[in-house]
Parts: sequence; structure tokens; C-alpha cells
Amino acid sequence: MDQATLRFVIQLAIIGVTFFMLINASAALVLAERKIMGFMQQRYGPYLVGPHGILQPLADIVKLLFKEELRPKDADKWLFTLAPIISVTAAFAAFAPVPWGAETTFGGLLDMPVKLGVADVNVAVMVVFAITSMGVYGIVLAGWSSNSKYSLLGGLRSSAQMISYELAYATALASVIMLAGSLSLREMVDAQDGFWLGFIPRWYVFLQPIGFLIYTIAGVAETNRAPFDFPEAEQELVAGYNTEYSSVRFALFPQAEYINMTTMAAVATDLYLGGWHGIPLLDRFGLGWLWFLAKVGVILFAYIWIRWTVPRYRYDQLMQFGWKWLFPAAVLNLLATAAFMLYFNA
Amino acid sequence: MPETVLFYVFSAVAVGASLLVIGQRNPMYSIMLLITAFGALSALYIQLDAPFVAMAQIIVYAGAIMVLFLFVVMLLNAPQEDAAQWDRTHPLRRPGVSRFGAMLAVLLTVQLVWALLRVTDAGAAVGGRGNAAELTSVRSVGRVLFTDYMFAFEATSVLILVAMVGAVLLAAREEKR
Amino acid sequence: MIPLGHYLVVSAIMFATGTAGVFLRRNLITILLSIEIMLNAVNLSFVAFGRSQGTVDGQIITFFVMTVAAAEAAVGLAIVIALFRHRESLNPDAFTSLKW
Repeated sequence: MDQATLRFVIQLAIIGVTFFMLINASAALVLAERKIMGFMQQRYGPYLVGPHGILQPLADIVKLLFKEELRPKDADKWLFTLAPIISVTAAFAAFAPVPWGAETTFGGLLDMPVKLGVADVNVAVMVVFAITSMGVYGIVLAGWSSNSKYSLLGGLRSSAQMISYELAYATALASVIMLAGSLSLREMVDAQDGFWLGFIPRWYVFLQPIGFLIYTIAGVAETNRAPFDFPEAEQELVAGYNTEYSSVRFALFPQAEYINMTTMAAVATDLYLGGWHGIPLLDRFGLGWLWFLAKVGVILFAYIWIRWTVPRYRYDQLMQFGWKWLFPAAVLNLLATAAFMLYFNA
Repeated sequence: MPETVLFYVFSAVAVGASLLVIGQRNPMYSIMLLITAFGALSALYIQLDAPFVAMAQIIVYAGAIMVLFLFVVMLLNAPQEDAAQWDRTHPLRRPGVSRFGAMLAVLLTVQLVWALLRVTDAGAAVGGRGNAAELTSVRSVGRVLFTDYMFAFEATSVLILVAMVGAVLLAAREEKR
Repeated sequence: MIPLGHYLVVSAIMFATGTAGVFLRRNLITILLSIEIMLNAVNLSFVAFGRSQGTVDGQIITFFVMTVAAAEAAVGLAIVIALFRHRESLNPDAFTSLKW
């Protein structure tokens, strides 16, 4: 087959692999969360289904698929079904501009190298931000269309929290954009290539430690994970916006949440941890994506670790933290970055 | 060729969704349809070599302004149109009036299209002039925004501050003394 | 390649749709939504004209239009909330106490 068709097929395969990776990531996170939670609480997690409980997510999905599909009588028919669809579509689509590997020719199979990633857009950071801000609609519509007090409160609180933490998120992003001089994620990763003094990698986390903290905290709040998961906490709001959902529609919400977590972790790796750079040996053989996966795995482990260690914020404490502490810190970080860049003329 | 097909698809979605927006009884449906229209417009902007504007459209319009509308509709829990008795017997509700209004809207469309198509080189293909690579880069947008349009930029920031203060004052509940 | 006129026709149709919505609908929220449709139609023709001239000015004016639309939507919705608290209705014909 000629080069053009081969290239087309390989790019389709890359899209398929990315989608497959994301779905497996959400299943693996279901298992990882319960296992890690178990080990942190000094017990084994799921243990019976498959060797050491590896097939537990499969059992969960089968159970959810066989449940009855309920819809409250006065729930808005269209919006009730549309809400989880919006959530999950936004979650998957947000991963599209994220690059996960260097350009590779697959060992000389192709004449021109192909980029490992679904799409390489020159405004990639803004695309990720735009699509994650569309994910708010899934939650707010779920809360409203369920026609139930718990759902409405949960939906409103959850979406207010998400749009509040988007400010700190975007401002932390702006500092990195200034450092890299480009909005394209691939160019930002390539700007982090190389080493200082021969052994410290040029990752932005060393230039922007506070920015990294702000970004991850805002990311945790954006995905409604603990300690910022008051709107969907069982003890407070009977599962919040997804109270009235069951079976497949319900399964889509946690899946959207896990995929959002993965996207946040992947974007944080690209922005602050150097993406797939850092081990020159792997870069030479085009296996940088393994190092990328390792970094994303570390960040996801940190997500789960934080959830089962730290108590939950109350809702007003959560909002105060976002508006009065995190956002001013992000703005100060931006000013400091701008001042340093002017001073060093970087 | 695929460009033209994409253009027709996206403009059909934008125009169709806008027409449906003004025809819905439930304001929640209007808002969701308008978000669809904004998404289609964003795709048209990408076709016009303006990716930054396209993403800003989604972030600002579809992601922030429409969320504001949605919150207000949910919090007010507003009754739908012509729910009350006096709404239903309103003189503007008669079919003759609605049809006359629709006809006037069509007449306005015809006038606008006639005027706009007489603009010079309205038949020329968009994208003839100008360097596409330079126009899509955010760098050139930033350069012009912070040099030629600097005053408008600063004035806009004051405008947003004023709007924020005004909105909080107007919507604040009155203190019960 | 798509002629400039096509974009202008789309913009004109959306603008007329927004105008019809402002005049014919009796719900304050829908009237505000129709105003947003009109502003978006104008944005589209700005970007189309800017592209056909080969400059980036069309995109920049779009930012200012978007910002003004955001400010106007915020203040307009605050007014709607304040009005709703008085009359419990979103019909503009409920606020006719200044009429002769």
C-alpha cells in the first residue's frame, strides 16, 4: 500500500488506540481506586473476581448494565437522557488535542514521521479548556432534569464549583503559556526537552512549583474529586446530581469523571512534567510514550491518595478557598512569572 | 470540496438551531439549542482561519454566558410562556399577528441579503488575500490587540468591572430591616 | 473555496432570526437569547470580512463584541431577576405600570 494510505490507516489506528486507552484507563481506575483505598485502610481491596480482583471492573459494568433503567415521572425526557451523554462526550473529546508521544516513523515504516496524538492544533490548550468547560452542562442538566431537590442542589453546587475553579485553572495555564510562548501542547512539551547541568530535566515544574500546585488543586476541584466532592458526597446529598440515575445512564457519570481525571493528569504531565521527555534512551527508540504513561500514572495515584487521606471540604469553605485563596495565588504566580521573564529576558 | 460540504452542514446547523431557539416554549430547550448554534458558529470560525476566536466563542459564549442563562432559568423556576389566563388572551397571541411578524422577518432577511451581496467582491472566495499561517497564529492576534487596540482593551476591562458590580447590586436581595 | 457572500447570507439570516425573536416572543429570557443570536451573527460577518481583507482586525473586534455581550447578558439577567421578584412573571407585558 502506498505511503498516503498507510499514513491514513496509521492515523486511524492512533485514534483507535487513544480511545481504547481512555476506556481502559477508566476501568483500571475503578479497580485502582478500590485497591489503593483498600491497602491504605489496611485491607485487601476487591479480591475475589479474577486473580487478586483484576476483573472487578468487568463485574461492576455487568451489574450496572443489568439494572433497570428508571426515569422519574416528571423528569424532563430529553434533558434527562442528554445530560450523561454531554458529560461523557465532553470527557472523551477533551483528550483529543493532548499529545501522548513524540513523532515517530515506526522504525522506518513511514517516510514522514507521524505524531502520536489524535490532533495537533495550534491552540490545543484552549481547546482542552473549552471542552472541559462544556462538561459543566452535563452536571447542571442532570441536576435540573431529575426533578428532585437533592439532584437540583447537587447539580447547582457542583457546576458553581466547577466554574469557580476554572478561573484558577486558566490563570495557572496562562503562566505556562507565557513560559513556553505557544498555545500548542506539543510545542510546550518540546520546549521542556533537554537538561540543566546535565542531570536536571528542563521541566516547567521546577520553574513553576506553585503553578503546578495550583493547577493540580484546580484540576481536582474541576473533576469533582475529594476533597472537593461535597456535591456528590453520599453522606450529605444522597449522591447529588446523579441521585435519580440508574443503570447505563448512571455508569456514564463516573466514567466521565475518571476520563476527566485522566485528561487533567495528561495535560498536567504535558505542561509541567515534560510530557514524554526525560529519558534520552527511550526518546531514541521512540518509546517516550511509556515514560508519559508512567508520569500520568503517578499523578493519578496522587489523585486517589489525596481522596482517601484528606477529609472533605464543606461547600462554603470550598468556594471561599477557590475564590479567595487559589485565584489570587494564581494571579500572583502569573505576575511573578511575567516579572521573572522580563528580568531574565528569557 | 469537503470544505464546501462542511460549510453547508455547519451553517445549516447554525441557522436551523437559531430558528428553533425562537420557536421553543421551554426556555431550557432554547438555551441548549443556542449552545448548539454557537458550536456550529465556532466551526465556521475555524473554517475562516480564526481558531483563537473559535475557542474563545466556546469558552466565553457557550461555556460561561449560557451557563449564566441556565442558572437564572433554573433558579427562577420560571413559568413557561402563555401559562396564565391573561397571557393566553393577549392580542399578540392571535395567529394573524404571528404570521405578519414572521413575514416582516423574512422581508428583513431579504433586505439584508440584498444589501450585503452588493458589497464589493462579495463573490470572491474568502481566503484569497492574506497569509493563512500568519492569521491563524495567536501571536499576530496578540500583537495587534496590544498595540493598535490597546485603548479598547483597557476600556473593556473597566467595562467588565462595572458590569460585575452592577449585576451584583441589581440582583442582590434587599435587606430586611 | 467559499465566497464571502455565503457567510454574509448566513449572518443575515441569523440576524433577522434574532430580531424576530426579540419582537415576537413574550418571555424575557428568550428575548435576551435572541439578542445573543444577533450579536453572534454580527461576529460572524466581522470575522468573514476580516478574513477576506487578509487582516486579523476582524478577529479582534470579535473579542470586544463578545466581551460587551457578556457584560450585557450579566446585567440584563440581573435586571430580569430583580423584575421577577416583583411580579413573579417573565412576560414583558406584566411590567406596564408606566403606561398611560
